[in-house]
Amino acid sequence: MMQLALVIDLNVCVGCHACVTSCKEWNTSGSAGPMSDQNPYGADPTGTFFNRVQTYEVGEFPNTETVHFPKSCLHCEDPPCVPVCPTGASYKRKEDGIVLVNYDKCIGCKYCSWACPYGAREFDEQQRVMKKCTLCVDRIYDTSMAENDRKPACVKACPTSARLFGDIHDPESAVSQAIRESGGYPLMPEWGTQPSNHYLPRRKTRIKIHLDELERADNPLKVDHQLPRPAASEPTLDDVVTW
Amino acid sequence: MQAANASSSPVQEVKNTTCYMCACRCGIRVHLRDGVVRYIDGNPDHPLNKGVICAKGSSGIMKQYSPARLLKPLKRRAGAERGAGDFEEITWDEAFATLAERLGRIRATDPKKFALITGRDQMQALTGMFARQFGTPNYSAHGGFCSVNMAAGMIYTIGGSFWEFGGPDLDRAKLFVMIGTAEDHHSNPMKIALSKFRRDGGRFISINPVRTGYSAIADEWVPIRPGTDGALLLAIIHEIIATGLYDREFLVRYSNAGQLINVSSTSDEFGFFVRTDIPTEEACYEPQDKLWWDRNSDRPVVTHQAGADPYLLGEFKLADGTPVKPAFQLLHERVKDYTPEWASQITGIPVEIIRRLAHEMGVTARDQKIELPIAWTDSWGNEHETVTGNPVAFHAMRGLAAHSNGFQSTRALAILMSLLGTIDRPGGFRHKAPFPRPIPPCARTPNDARGVQPNHPLDGMVLGWPSDPDDLFVNADGSPVRLDKAFSWEYPLSVHGLMHNAITNAWRGDPYRIDTLLIFMANMSWNSTMNTAEVRRMLNDKVSDKDGNEEFKIPFLVVCDAFHSEMTAYADLILPDTTYLERHDVMSMLDRPISEFDGPVDSVRIPVLPVSGDCKPFQEVLIELGTRLKLPAFVTPTGERKFRDYPDFITNWETEPGSGIGFLAGWRGKGGEKFLRGEPNPNQWEMYARNNCVFHYELPKSYQYMRNWNKGYLEWSQRHSITRYAEPILIHLYSEVLQRFRCAAQGKGLTRKPPEHLKKRIETYFDPLPFYYDSLEAQVTDKHKYPLAAVTQRPMAMYHSWDSQNAWLRQIHTHNYLYVNTRTARQQGIGDGDWIWVESQWGKVRCMVRHSEAVEPGTVWTWNAIGKAAGAWNLTPDANESQLGFLLNHLISEELPVSVDSARRISNSDPITGQAAWYDVRVRIYKVGADETAPGLQNTSPQFEPMKPYPGMKPRSGILAFLGGRRK
Amino acid sequence: MHPAFSVIFLTTLIGAAQGLFLALFTVQSYAAFKLLPPPDAHAFYGQGSLLALALLGAGLVASFFHLGRPERAWRSIAMWRTSWLAREVIVLPAFVGVVFLYGLAHWLNWHPVLMTLPGGLPVDPSAILGVAGTLLAFALFICTAMIYACVKFLREWHSSLTVINYILLGGASGFSLAAAFAVLSAPELVSFLAGWAAIITLLGLVSRAASLHRNARLQPKSTLQTAIGIKHPRIVQKAQGFMGGSFNTREYFHGQPVAVLRGVKWFFMLAVFPLPLLFLLSGMQGGGAGGLLAAAFVVQYAGLVAERWFFFAQTNHPQNLYYQSIA
Ligand SMILES: Nc1nc2c(c(=O)[nH]1)N[C@H]1C(S)=C(S)[C@@H](COP(=O)(O)OP(=O)(O)OC[C@H]3O[C@@H](n4cnc5c(=O)[nH]c(N)nc54)[C@H](O)[C@@H]3O)O[C@H]1N2
Ligand SMILES: Nc1nc2c(c(=O)[nH]1)N[C@H]1C(S)=C(S)[C@@H](COP(=O)(O)OP(=O)(O)OC[C@H]3O[C@@H](n4cnc5c(=O)[nH]c(N)nc54)[C@H](O)[C@@H]3O)O[C@H]1N2
Ligand code: SF4
Ligand code: SF4
Ligand code: SF4
Ligand code: SF4
Ligand code: SF4
Ligand SMILES: [Mo]
Repeated sequence: MMQLALVIDLNVCVGCHACVTSCKEWNTSGSAGPMSDQNPYGADPTGTFFNRVQTYEVGEFPNTETVHFPKSCLHCEDPPCVPVCPTGASYKRKEDGIVLVNYDKCIGCKYCSWACPYGAREFDEQQRVMKKCTLCVDRIYDTSMAENDRKPACVKACPTSARLFGDIHDPESAVSQAIRESGGYPLMPEWGTQPSNHYLPRRKTRIKIHLDELERADNPLKVDHQLPRPAASEPTLDDVVTW
Repeated sequence: MQAANASSSPVQEVKNTTCYMCACRCGIRVHLRDGVVRYIDGNPDHPLNKGVICAKGSSGIMKQYSPARLLKPLKRRAGAERGAGDFEEITWDEAFATLAERLGRIRATDPKKFALITGRDQMQALTGMFARQFGTPNYSAHGGFCSVNMAAGMIYTIGGSFWEFGGPDLDRAKLFVMIGTAEDHHSNPMKIALSKFRRDGGRFISINPVRTGYSAIADEWVPIRPGTDGALLLAIIHEIIATGLYDREFLVRYSNAGQLINVSSTSDEFGFFVRTDIPTEEACYEPQDKLWWDRNSDRPVVTHQAGADPYLLGEFKLADGTPVKPAFQLLHERVKDYTPEWASQITGIPVEIIRRLAHEMGVTARDQKIELPIAWTDSWGNEHETVTGNPVAFHAMRGLAAHSNGFQSTRALAILMSLLGTIDRPGGFRHKAPFPRPIPPCARTPNDARGVQPNHPLDGMVLGWPSDPDDLFVNADGSPVRLDKAFSWEYPLSVHGLMHNAITNAWRGDPYRIDTLLIFMANMSWNSTMNTAEVRRMLNDKVSDKDGNEEFKIPFLVVCDAFHSEMTAYADLILPDTTYLERHDVMSMLDRPISEFDGPVDSVRIPVLPVSGDCKPFQEVLIELGTRLKLPAFVTPTGERKFRDYPDFITNWETEPGSGIGFLAGWRGKGGEKFLRGEPNPNQWEMYARNNCVFHYELPKSYQYMRNWNKGYLEWSQRHSITRYAEPILIHLYSEVLQRFRCAAQGKGLTRKPPEHLKKRIETYFDPLPFYYDSLEAQVTDKHKYPLAAVTQRPMAMYHSWDSQNAWLRQIHTHNYLYVNTRTARQQGIGDGDWIWVESQWGKVRCMVRHSEAVEPGTVWTWNAIGKAAGAWNLTPDANESQLGFLLNHLISEELPVSVDSARRISNSDPITGQAAWYDVRVRIYKVGADETAPGLQNTSPQFEPMKPYPGMKPRSGILAFLGGRRK
Repeated sequence: MHPAFSVIFLTTLIGAAQGLFLALFTVQSYAAFKLLPPPDAHAFYGQGSLLALALLGAGLVASFFHLGRPERAWRSIAMWRTSWLAREVIVLPAFVGVVFLYGLAHWLNWHPVLMTLPGGLPVDPSAILGVAGTLLAFALFICTAMIYACVKFLREWHSSLTVINYILLGGASGFSLAAAFAVLSAPELVSFLAGWAAIITLLGLVSRAASLHRNARLQPKSTLQTAIGIKHPRIVQKAQGFMGGSFNTREYFHGQPVAVLRGVKWFFMLAVFPLPLLFLLSGMQGGGAGGLLAAAFVVQYAGLVAERWFFFAQTNHPQNLYYQSIA
């Protein structure tokens, strides 16, 4: 059975928030919308977003890593948010594993959000129902779109292509390969939710320079008679041995 | 969701245009439903962004429908103070009549009393041309306060630069060193390239006092003290030369490294290249009349002679006894004392790291060479089977540029890149058409006051590239002709002007007072000005004339803006501009190019929406004004209107009648069959529209590299009128241009001489070889009292001051904090989130602190331009931006005393280029007093009287549920 | 978690109603076995049920304030197979209905003997309704408590103590109320009810103290390290991605300083247990019983409101790891 998911590569994410606003933009006017904003031009503006990019500092100066960390619904394989929903508005689709909310059924009791350890759901203050990432279900199957547009808005937008999209149950898919080969991991594995979205860790490239690489035979200083050598007047073995 | 699979109701229309949520200029597709924007995504067929889009681009909808938009032409209500924002609606007819009358009068009497300054716009080609046609020298754009050090430092060295003129070839680089860049203009393309580079296993080093954004994903972060990059780069050069890790062959053939310089200190020619006697014509290129000391024959020969190979090191005597040294020898001597140990003290970077950086660069450049099977011919006729690349790429921007020692630091970088042999080569630095240019480029301003004549266009360019003191734009007594004193002895190579001093100078009447100031797209009473509170006062300051009538010191102030910015409150006349989705625009190569490494690119905007309210594109305003003022370019010889409107102007205007060169390079010629040069094509706009709004010419492979010395390319570029000459552009390790100014300051030579009080300054800073000096501000600062450097960074999700009106983006950056290294803060008992004062010699602000481990301990920083004046941008007066946000600009002065004990003031700028030294400011921080911690007092300082909405603006809503044309 | 007043009132009001009902039926059972004198059915059972119904009604009203879409509340029974909330929504009206019928039976004095138990005990509709109501009351306690106890990563809640507490605290407040109510309707039962109220209150003290003790020692299972998957001892969030607040910051943070939390804890530990105990015991003896017993209930109920507030506030949702700082 298919399990669609996002794989987010922290190794290249620069924290630009493109995925945040492109998600908002697509979805507010789409079938998951509107995603309302309260006080949009006043104090403490706030609104519904399906995806947020956070920033963490790891380590101490000067050995600090700044990590940008995008987070949306992880489309858990065993989503705790679904069974608790009293109305059935929250559900996980059999065919592709996407976890969705049916706004027509939702009574806005917020119980599902309590049951999500990741804080991935947001209650829409205007429509008064629970909302969350839909994996852009209204894009990915829309055959009226060009083939390469049939992916989530955030994935399409991401300038560093830090967001991969695909079926993590298909071992041949790019996402599965990335998880396998780049050490993809789930968030808060301790709860057994089996998040489908995975994260790829930072990877480092280093250069090792061997000392002898600094003094090569073709050193240009030679050409200009500048390769350092001791002056002829300095002591050498010639001064002390006779053989 | 209504139902799981329901696809959204059909989007009715998709229109292509070019984004303008920032200056990157990506291609976008605007999806409309019932005439309302529903979605904007990246155009996958666009060469810049290849389908991706950024946070700002995706939020374009909220700019279009923002309640901060100005929708009516407005004039200040008679008697109202400037800044009070008390306006009344007028018609465009009235606006045009007022402007035409006033400007007509100025033009007929003293055109320089009209000043036009433009901010982060993309139409300097048009605004500059308008100013020139008007006849005023007083035109400047953001370049001078932005990154002119970057442009000038590199263009005066390699004929091209980072910024928008060239960049790192990350497709082939193996090592990438990014210096002082947070975001920059090549926003999406840089991100695309950077992630690809990392995924392909490239090593990425970031040199920056702060680790965010790009630096976050660097393999290594090298925290550096602000303003000290020059020291680091010189020490790396020292190490590269000491270990012989430079590309000798490259330097010999493609730079002036081997050229002999007269080192006879008694000679008038001291410090100049020795020239052969072959007379050369006066033209804008560098004649090949210099000498090498040939190793084979051990005598001087004309450079690039077949079979010759110069010494790069050593000292020689010409036949007439003149002692000479190759430029490289002088560089070698210059960096002798710039050891890693020395630099470590200054930069705070450990010695081993400096050495290792040098070794990594040198060894990678030397040992990981790329040979591409691309045959090409150099300027001396040598045929090469391959193009070689030394895959070490750099990128640098304002972290290097925005310091008063930035020009020389940038020169050091360009020289380092040249030593490594990475100029216009695969994996290194690559030019973007129309670069490289001759060193310096050919444009010149007039060089004396006679260039400015009533009713006459300016006799020269408004901005230019001086090559010696005689190119300066000064009066006979050496005083500046321009209001901002650009191209004067104070800042001789201020090639982009000094817009940051225009208001202060005009207010003070030094060098003179002006009548009308037209500001386009610049928020000069807020974030693009230094010393903001004072400048706001100056804008509203009055004098009494002899009859006792009060008049503003800057009598008439016109602002063209699209939004309710802080600047608009000071206008006498507001011209409401359209948004980028409502107008025609061109991203011309005559302005900052958007070209790619592989060839020229330009693009257009085509309106996707009707104009809102009574807005009018500024382009149309200029065409109309130019026509009414009968500026020659806009009217026929008999004074009739020449262009119907802006699109018509773009189609038909040529640099000179019949030149075939216009703003757009694509689809020229009657039927669109030509490019770069060709007759006007009546269907040019349609052709752009049909081609994603972008024109991209891909050069043949053999013309894509080594363009400074690529015969094929240079001749091609000459044939297509990109350049006048096809002469090679040698890298200036040693800058004779600078030496000419220094010589003049020493009283030598036949050129003009600087006024007495500037001699020392010119002699000191116009060093033909890069050197390190402490920033000018540091020189007049007690560093014990102000121990910290304060800098700003651009957030990726905000463009300068414009995006606080954007309902989505402002939720990401609602206010700002001052980031302080955790230990630095703790030492002063400052906790995370505490309120503090930040104080410089010039002012102080109250704000909140965030502890951070990602900032060098001697640096504090904040996001740029998040803080707003209360009520501006049609936000409520209690909005976080004004109550919790703050602007660092209050701490930065636009002027400095010349020395600690001098009353004479000079711009807070690089002494060579006039680049605004934003990042030189030194501060101290301390906790707010106990009496200031009451809840009601917890806001930032300074605060200003809240701005009110203007007539004609839409009311702001308390709730937003945007549905893009879909009925709720 | 941010304590939602609708939920606080819902759980405390219906808890008291359930307890009250249990008290009524306890009396009826004792009376059936002749262990207590039968009270005046009209006044005691009838009005008592009415009182319980009033509390239930008030609880229901409060609960609607919690819903974004109260008009769709009926939908919430759909998922009874998996959702304790759905089960609660089913059991609650069933309980209301039974209480109503129970009260009605007593009110109408409708006591036809339906059968006789082996011991010769006659069974009338009120007895059957009483048993049903008792079962439903317990079921409702379990459903309500399990809504919280079943969420395994809300570790302060994820414990059988949560269920026990709901039963005991609801029971205690119900019996206290019953005692106070008996002053008017069945003075002879006051001591009996007050005694039981005191006993349940004491048990409640034990179990609530146990849960406080347990919760104080809970080690968080989720850490910033597991939340973002980076293994390093020093990780600090700088920005959560927005600055003006969001559902995640409003719903899961009580926003009160530790001192308030501590104050609330001490308040409820006093108001729910020793104070009512004092009032109950002295009310059992003294003459001014009415006032003291009423005070016992009022103080205890107020304490329970605080207890429920604390119940939410003390719970640290793992999602909070993601919402630590703005910048
Ligand atoms: N402290 C500090 N200050 C800085 C800098 C820094 O790093 N630190 N950076 C400096 C640099 S490099 C720059 S370039 C400047 C930028 O400073 P500015 O050039 O002043 O840029 P903006 O703040 O974006 O303001 C431009 C104005 O353009 C308006 N605008 C937006 N769209 C349109 C349009 O379509 N038409 C018209 N007519 N107007 C429009 C906006 O409303 C705004 O008022 O800031 C400088 N200031
Ligand atoms: N999203 C977004 N993009 C933009 C803009 C925007 O406002 N928003 N503005 C556009 C404009 S006009 C410009 S000019 C460009 C500017 O693009 P950048 O040059 O990237 O702009 P800054 O944010 O000023 O970046 C300065 C960087 O230099 C670092 N720095 C400061 N001082 C020093 C120093 O002495 N040495 C070193 N090594 N580093 C230092 C700072 O920490 C910061 O990271 O961005 C353009 N792109
Ligand atoms: S992340 Fe949260 S909302 Fe999404 S499926 Fe998992 S538990 Fe449910
Ligand atoms: S808020 Fe809506 S989706 Fe969530 S549990 Fe309640 S009814 Fe289900
Ligand atoms: S998949 Fe779609 S809904 Fe989910 S975060 Fe991305 S854009 Fe938003
Ligand atoms: S768009 Fe991509 S790079 Fe930008 S924040 Fe999102 S995941 Fe990171
Ligand atoms: S980088 Fe600039 S031009 Fe490109 S999409 Fe973003 S805002 Fe628009
Ligand atoms: Mo800039």
